[in-house]
Order: sequence, then C-alpha cells, then structure tokens
Amino acid sequence: MTVEERQGKVNGGHGSKDQFPVGMRVLAVDDDPTCLKILENLLLRCQYHVTTTGQAATALKMLRENKDQFDLVISDVHMPDMDGFKLLELVGLEMDLPVIMLSANGETQTVMKGITHGACDYLLKPVRLEQLRTIWQHVVRRRNCDAKNGGNDDDAGQKSQGMNNEVESVGANRNKRQSRKGRDENGDDGDDSDENSNENADSSTQKKPRVVWSVELHRKFVAAVNQLGIEKAVPKKILDLMNVENITRENVASHLQKYRLYLKRLSSDASRQANLAAAFGGRNPAYINMNSFGNYNAYGRYRPVTPTTHTQSNNLLARMNSPSAFGVHGLLPSQPIQLGHSHNNLSTSLNDLGVVNNGNLIRGAQMPTILTGPSGNSFPNISNAAPLATANRSLQPLESSNQQHLSRVHTSSSFCTLVGESPQFPDLGRTSNTWQNAVPSNIQEHGHNDSMPQATLHMNGPKIEPATSFTGSSNQIPLLGNEMQSQVASLASNVPMTFNQEAAPFTFGSTTNSRDMISNNHLFSNSGISTSLPNLRIDNSVVPRQTLNGGNVGILPMQDGRIDHQDVSNQLNYNDDLMRSTRLQRGLNGGLDDIVVDMFRLDQDDDGVPFIDSDWELV
Amino acid sequence: MKKSLFDQGYLDEQFCQVEDLQDEASPNFVEEVVTLFLKDSGRLMSNIEQALEKYPRDFNRWDAYMQQLKGSCCSIGASRMKNECMSFRDSCGQGNVEGCMRAFQKVKREHAVLRQKLESYFQLLRQAGATGAATRSIK
Repeated sequence: MTVEERQGKVNGGHGSKDQFPVGMRVLAVDDDPTCLKILENLLLRCQYHVTTTGQAATALKMLRENKDQFDLVISDVHMPDMDGFKLLELVGLEMDLPVIMLSANGETQTVMKGITHGACDYLLKPVRLEQLRTIWQHVVRRRNCDAKNGGNDDDAGQKSQGMNNEVESVGANRNKRQSRKGRDENGDDGDDSDENSNENADSSTQKKPRVVWSVELHRKFVAAVNQLGIEKAVPKKILDLMNVENITRENVASHLQKYRLYLKRLSSDASRQANLAAAFGGRNPAYINMNSFGNYNAYGRYRPVTPTTHTQSNNLLARMNSPSAFGVHGLLPSQPIQLGHSHNNLSTSLNDLGVVNNGNLIRGAQMPTILTGPSGNSFPNISNAAPLATANRSLQPLESSNQQHLSRVHTSSSFCTLVGESPQFPDLGRTSNTWQNAVPSNIQEHGHNDSMPQATLHMNGPKIEPATSFTGSSNQIPLLGNEMQSQVASLASNVPMTFNQEAAPFTFGSTTNSRDMISNNHLFSNSGISTSLPNLRIDNSVVPRQTLNGGNVGILPMQDGRIDHQDVSNQLNYNDDLMRSTRLQRGLNGGLDDIVVDMFRLDQDDDGVPFIDSDWELV
Repeated sequence: MKKSLFDQGYLDEQFCQVEDLQDEASPNFVEEVVTLFLKDSGRLMSNIEQALEKYPRDFNRWDAYMQQLKGSCCSIGASRMKNECMSFRDSCGQGNVEGCMRAFQKVKREHAVLRQKLESYFQLLRQAGATGAATRSIK
C-alpha cells in the first residue's frame, strides 16, 4: 500500500485561529486507505484543515519538521510500521499535541491502554461526523491547561466568550447543513449544545509556540527536580535551576505534570512487576498474586491485597518508581519516599508479596536481590534461600511496624537487618509501588516496601537505574528472581555499588518484602511494561547513564516499557527479557525519543500522587 | 436498488454517512471510496489467504489481518462482510482452524457479492446521471 499523503489545506500559520475550531489543523494517520479517505472527508466536512498519511513514520517526520504545524493528531491503533500507542507517546512527549486514537477494536483493555498512554480520546470505527465535530475540545483543553499554569483567568473568561460565540455560529451552520441532509437530528443537537456550552479558556484562540523537550532539556529538568526534591519541586524553582532561556514557567509546569504521571505509571508498573518479580523465579505472576493474597490473609499482619489494590499500588509504584528512576541514581534514601501514596493498597500488595515471597518466592530464590549493603554489591546475589528465612522473620517485625507506611519506612535499621539476611522484603510494603519500576531492573529489593522506596531506590539506585529507572521510585524494584540478579549484577556493575551503604538508610517499609516483590512483578507485569520492560529498563537505565546522564535514565526504562508493553504480556518472560536486555539496550539507544516520550506520557496519568522522592538522580 | 442493498443488509448506516460526504467539492466521492475499498480489501484478503497457508494455526496473525479488514468494512458500511469478518475473528479466538477457514470463505463470498452489487449500483447511478444530463440538455 502506497503511502498516500494528501495535503488538505494545511495552514502552518495562525491565520485560521480566529475561527477556531474552524480551520483547526489535523493530522490523520491510518494505514487503511479507505478509512483514511473517509476520515479525511469527514474532517474536511467539519471545516478542519486536514493532512493525511498512511504511515506513522511519515507522520512523525511531518510533526517534527514543524512542531507548530498541527493542532491535533488522529491516529489508528493498528499500523504496520509503528504501533499506534508508540506514536501516541512520542507525539505527546515531543510535541505536546493532543492525540486521538482510532480503532475498530473497542475492547476495554485496548481503550484503557490508549488512555494510559496519554490519548485524549479514543474513537471507534466507523467514525461518525458528530464525533469529529467536537474533537477540537481537546485542543482547547490542552491550551487551557498550559495557559492556566500561569495564565490569566480573566482573559480566559473573555476569550472563551468570544470562542463560544464563534462556536455557536459554526455549530449553527453545521446544524443547518446537517438538517438539510437529514442527518441525525439528535447528533446535531448534541453537537450544538456541546459547542455552546463549552467554556474555553482564553487560550483557545491563542497559539503558543510549543516548547520541545529535548533530551538535554529534559535532563536538566529532571536534575532540577531531583535537586529540589520531588515534593518541593515547583515550576518556578525548577525553571530557575534549569536556567534555560525560552521556556516559561507554564512550560515547566505542564512538563512537571507529565513527569509526575510518568512516575506514577512507573510505580504502578513497578508494583505490578514487583509482584511478578516476587513470584518470579519461574513462578507465574499469577502465582504471586494468588499467593500473596492468600498468604496475606494467613499472615494476618498483612492486609489482604485485592487485585484492585495491586492496581493502585501499581500506580503508586509506578509513580514511585519513576521518581526513583530519575533520581535514584546514586541518591541515598535519605529523602523521604513518597511512595506512600499507594496507600494501603500497596502495602497490602506488598505484604502480599512479602507473604508470597516468604512462602514461595524466597524459596524460589527469586528473591529480589536486596541491594542492601550486606550483600554488598551483589544485590543480585542476595541469597534467596537463606535470606528468605531471615527476611521472613525480619519482615514480620517490620511488617507490624510499618504496615501502612507507604510513605517511608524508616526502618532502615530493620532494613539493614533484612538486608543482611537477604533483604527481600523490607520494602515490600512500600516498594510495591516502586517495584513496578524497579523490578525490571535488577534491583530486587525484596523488602522494599513502598515506603521504602526511597531507601530502596537508593539502593536500587545504582541498580535500578540500569534496570529500571522506574523502579527507582517504588520499591527499588524488588529483585526478581535469580535471573534478575544476574541481570542486575551486570547492571549493577554499571551502577556504583553504593547501595550497600545506602541500604542502611533504606527504610524498609515494613510492609513486607512481598511488596517489593510485588512491585517488581508489577513492573513486569505492568500492563504496558511487561517483562520486556525490566529488561529494557535495565538496559535503559544503563544506557542512559552512559549516554544521557541523568534525567534520561528514567526515561529509558519507560520507553522500553512502552515498547515492550505490547510484547510482554505477562512478565513471565521477565527472565528472558532480562537476558535480552542487552539487546534491548542496543535497540533502545535509538529510542531516546521514546524514552522521553514515555516519560512524558506518564505524566499525563498523574493523578496527583507525589513523586517519589527525587533524590534519585538519574545516572 | 440502493434500498434493496440496505434491506438485504449488504450496506448499513455508515454507507449513508459516506454518501453524505459527497458534495460539489467531491462529486464522485462515494465511488472513489468504494473503489478504494474494493481494491484494498482484495489486497487484505489475499494477505489473509497467504497467512492461512503459510502460517498454520497462527491465530494471532490471522486475527490481526482480519482486524484490518474488518476496520475497512466498518468504515464503508459493508455490514454483511463485516459480520463474516467478526465470525472469523471469533473462530480465531477459539483456536478453531476449521471455523476460520469456513468463515474466510464466507468473507470472500460476501466480498465478491458486494463488489458486484456496488458496481451495478454505480452503473445505475451513472445511467441516471447521464439520463438526467441528457434531459437537462434537451431543455
């Protein structure tokens, strides 16, 4: 199929702004020429400027050539040359454009994937005119958000008035046309009211030059955030620290928001991976979950973790992980880990992990290698068998004390003990969140509770970075099974073995190592990030360090996760992935974009959970 | 004739929308789209056919190809063909090779029938157009 590129009336300038949404510039990407043609005409009928292409690569090229050329991108999900989700991430990250996904596949899971990747909307084929009539709202919304970061609300109000008027008139015209054709009356009415009632912030008609967050810029951003501390990172200060011209506080603010989402996603992934990791070692992730849940109850100490919790924890972990990913590198856990967000759920999940781990994981020697000092650099070397036993014991005490601490288990001392034994769980509770991220990486912090994440992160930092910048945030990535260890070991080599010393400060979130494991599993099992991520992460983290230094590390893992998401379905292949991490690395190098995108994308998912401490600094 | 196409379920609402997109600016829009569809779906179907032979029991692959074809059918409103595509995908989901083969045959048949009907439909339109033009010119 030849790529069909047809230029509608693409107007790169701002001439049509005043009539917004008329003249909105849309880029449509779909490998199916029939759909593309119909879509193009539908969009033209809505009076947008349309550019079409059948290939994602071409679309990216066009977008990169001139970032200010389009207002909105509509993309198919299934495309031969590039996955629609990947394109989605890249666009969101690099160009900060709203992207709408389009597909004949309306399964909840797929739609969910689209949304978590940052899509503004998800339309089902066949697309109808009424649906397209209101897509401009996404452009406005985005502009609004950006403007609000420092925008003038008064102006917004006035402008929206103007916009509304325009909208009404446009809507009226459309309605007329539609009625004439005898189209859906209801649809028309609906559209009309949507348009009329739409309140647009002022910037709807304004065009702001887009800031491109290059790798370099992002790295500075992350460094600034880490320096300030995730909790304290406010756009103004970040901006000052970054000391870059031509970006405004608003740019930084929106970027920060995305970053947070990214971290969140990492932590949720991490927690999931942790879970997997916990069960890892040849066990099915399902096993872990099942066990964890089951064990959890048995333990009594742990709170029962329900699947939903995992999800939550995953999110937390993801978040946590992300921060860790970013700032983990070399940072000591001294800073409070914000993993706590995950709330009890995470803890529970962690607990579960712990439980599971204790029961099975430990034996399975999957035991996430505890980065802690005792094991020395070998966090990967954590002897699973032995430690487990000890860990279990230690866990218990930790557990009870920390049960709910996602936020930071300052059981550094306990952690230490755990560590000595072969920490598996110390941070489980807390780290669960981070696990997700962490997991992929080698850091097998068994015991990293969510709260620990900070600590774990540090520990994992070195480790994590390579593997999972993600994990950094949450539980330092419960070390997944043995394989991980080896992987981690390799990665660890990249990372200074600082953990050992740092391990101590880790506050193992008493919650049980299981969390960590869980998070690890989560990481792996993350919806998107399946096992391949861990591998990627590891590689990524390593790579970034070498190449990017800082900021990027976090990104890389993400990227991988993204990519792998599709491949990895259930982290079971985690081990395999780890092995392949090197391969991935190679593959990833070219994907800095992806990483960055990935990072940003995560931000979109942010629901306000604080990042994991930015202590970790990427490489 | 168009009505019969709708009544028999060959086309659905979506086709109306496609027709609505035709106007003075794109006078032959419907025909262009349909031609495009028939050509592209032919290609997709031969892909599927190859895959059925070359990759036995590779349900994921088959399903992916069929997903594409189904998307095309949806966009143009070819509802019977779309239904057959869906049953093919169901068979894939069940891991039913026999079912897939049967469903695919049906898809092919529907495609052929649809092609034929649409072609005659357009022919009628052209004739009507020509007649109309002739009538107008007489005036």
